[in-house]
Amino acid sequence: MRGRAAESDSQSAGTVLITGMGGRFSGRLLRRLHRKHNVVGIGQRAQLGLPRDVEQHLVDPLRSAAREVFARSDVRAIVHLGVIHDSRRPSSHQDNLLTLERVLGYAEQFGIRKVVLLSSANTYGPRPENPQFLREDAPLLASGRFTGMRSLVEVDLFAQSYFWRRPDTEIVILRPAHVLGTVRNAPSNYLRLALVPTVLGFDPMLQAVHQDDLAQAIDLALAPGVRGIFNVAGPPPVPLSKALRVLGRRSVGIPYSLAKSGLTGLFQFGMTHFPAAELDFIRFVCMVDDGAARQTLGYAPTHDLRETLLAVDEERFP
Amino acid sequence: MKKPSALALLADVSRRSGLPIVDRVLEAARRRADELRLRVVGRDFDERVEWLRARYEAMGGDPFGLDPDVAKSAVTVLSFFHRLYFRTECFGLGNIPQGRALLVANHSGQIPIDGAILGTALFMDLDPPRVGRAMIEKWAVSLPFASTFFNKVGQVVGVPENARRLLEMGELLLIFPEGVRGISKPFQKRYQLQPFGSGFMRLAIETKTPVVPVAIVGAEEQYVNLGNLEGVAKLLGMPVLPVVPQIFLPGGQLPLPMKYRLHFGEPLHFGGDHLDDDKVINDKVWLVKQTIQDLLNRALSQRSGLFT
Repeated sequence: MRGRAAESDSQSAGTVLITGMGGRFSGRLLRRLHRKHNVVGIGQRAQLGLPRDVEQHLVDPLRSAAREVFARSDVRAIVHLGVIHDSRRPSSHQDNLLTLERVLGYAEQFGIRKVVLLSSANTYGPRPENPQFLREDAPLLASGRFTGMRSLVEVDLFAQSYFWRRPDTEIVILRPAHVLGTVRNAPSNYLRLALVPTVLGFDPMLQAVHQDDLAQAIDLALAPGVRGIFNVAGPPPVPLSKALRVLGRRSVGIPYSLAKSGLTGLFQFGMTHFPAAELDFIRFVCMVDDGAARQTLGYAPTHDLRETLLAVDEERFP
Repeated sequence: MKKPSALALLADVSRRSGLPIVDRVLEAARRRADELRLRVVGRDFDERVEWLRARYEAMGGDPFGLDPDVAKSAVTVLSFFHRLYFRTECFGLGNIPQGRALLVANHSGQIPIDGAILGTALFMDLDPPRVGRAMIEKWAVSLPFASTFFNKVGQVVGVPENARRLLEMGELLLIFPEGVRGISKPFQKRYQLQPFGSGFMRLAIETKTPVVPVAIVGAEEQYVNLGNLEGVAKLLGMPVLPVVPQIFLPGGQLPLPMKYRLHFGEPLHFGGDHLDDDKVINDKVWLVKQTIQDLLNRALSQRSGLFT
């Protein structure tokens, strides 16, 4: 641990700014990074129970108040978590792109050399013809079958364009597999259901990563000199049925056509958060090869399969 | 005390003297079934399953979803066909390397029983047992149950990345380079290899994997195909529509009980550049094809009979 302490001394010069600070994952990340860095959060929702010296600014990144924060703090690196994943929010698509553009603009304006974007392995899309493990150079095809993913795919591609537009800025794009934990994302919510519906006759391999392992990957991505795209995965994948057994969930298999029409109906009446197109995530594989993150970042997940899965049942504040 | 009714009396008698008889009959039946199962799958079957389970658990589980329990049941059923129905005989099993290899075989018989029997043979007759991993069509992945079953018995989607990963894991890949051209060829073309695809050769060169030529004798006669109706198949949107009169006879839906013979040739090693022109690659493919044709011809001239 001494080596890490020494390392943190060298990194602590300058501030790490986190956008979208209000989320559950952001809270965990803020606490983790706070141990090593000076941390500032911006966003439209506050984070409760943070250490006192974590600065929080309730600002919309699209408004000029955000620029003030950037100007005042000596920001060394930005971790951009402020991406809206919910495609039902009106203008989420436009807002996501505008926000990223603005954040990258501030990076340029204030000479910030490092931007870490949290993208998602879901941008590759679950497809029957997917290889079992996708590498970073695989095309992002998620929006082909599910237009709700368009915004996330374009955010990823937009950040990629800065590799050549601003070669002196270190852009890191992280594409984690299904993030599990106390977070409120689709895979964790799905696994939290008391009776888990599956698609009859399908039992795809499920790849998950613990929320704290993802935080570790972001931490590592902040190291100077690191740039590029990295898939982030956790323990070796297991069939969905086995994951449900580990969690002790009961499941019910529903024929695809029935599940599709049922979800479409429920979704229209606002009775479910799962759009029917997301059924493909429990039919086909969408798993990633995280060899690059392990080699270049030195990333190694510390939570095994059991811990990763059971994390969805943990209390937010134990 | 109330006198017991006739019905209660009957129930009592049947429980005391009837049940033991039923039990004994059931027990005998179970023992017979167990004996038959042991005769079919062999005494060391459970050992083989455990050996495989340990192999994949050491890797942290098979990343493609191979499930030893499902594979075990599948092999138990297939071993009936392997041992009793087709009475498979293997030659040259020693030619299969311990590590990774591409097993390249002729494809025939209208439905891919040849692949299943080859896989069963690798599990039942090879020491230590291996799982033959074949590549399935992309469209099969969207079929419910079938796709799950294929994954659980170790079959994977046919994309080059998967093949490369399996070879890195030291697995045996089953390759049928003739594809549908081979499996649905009419009866008069039996044991004549159809044009080979060349993807396997690029893979073998790139990953420096030995190629083991395999000749499968017996499968080519299991369904007598008088010809393919190309026009009708096109109209129905099917890849191929063979005319197999035997399926209209009672019991003819099962394949004919030919004797299967699997001949494994010596491994071939290929060097060079996997991105070479088609012409260069095809020369190497031709070499493999000729080796398999030679194996087939020799096996055919040696075989004592179609069914024995």
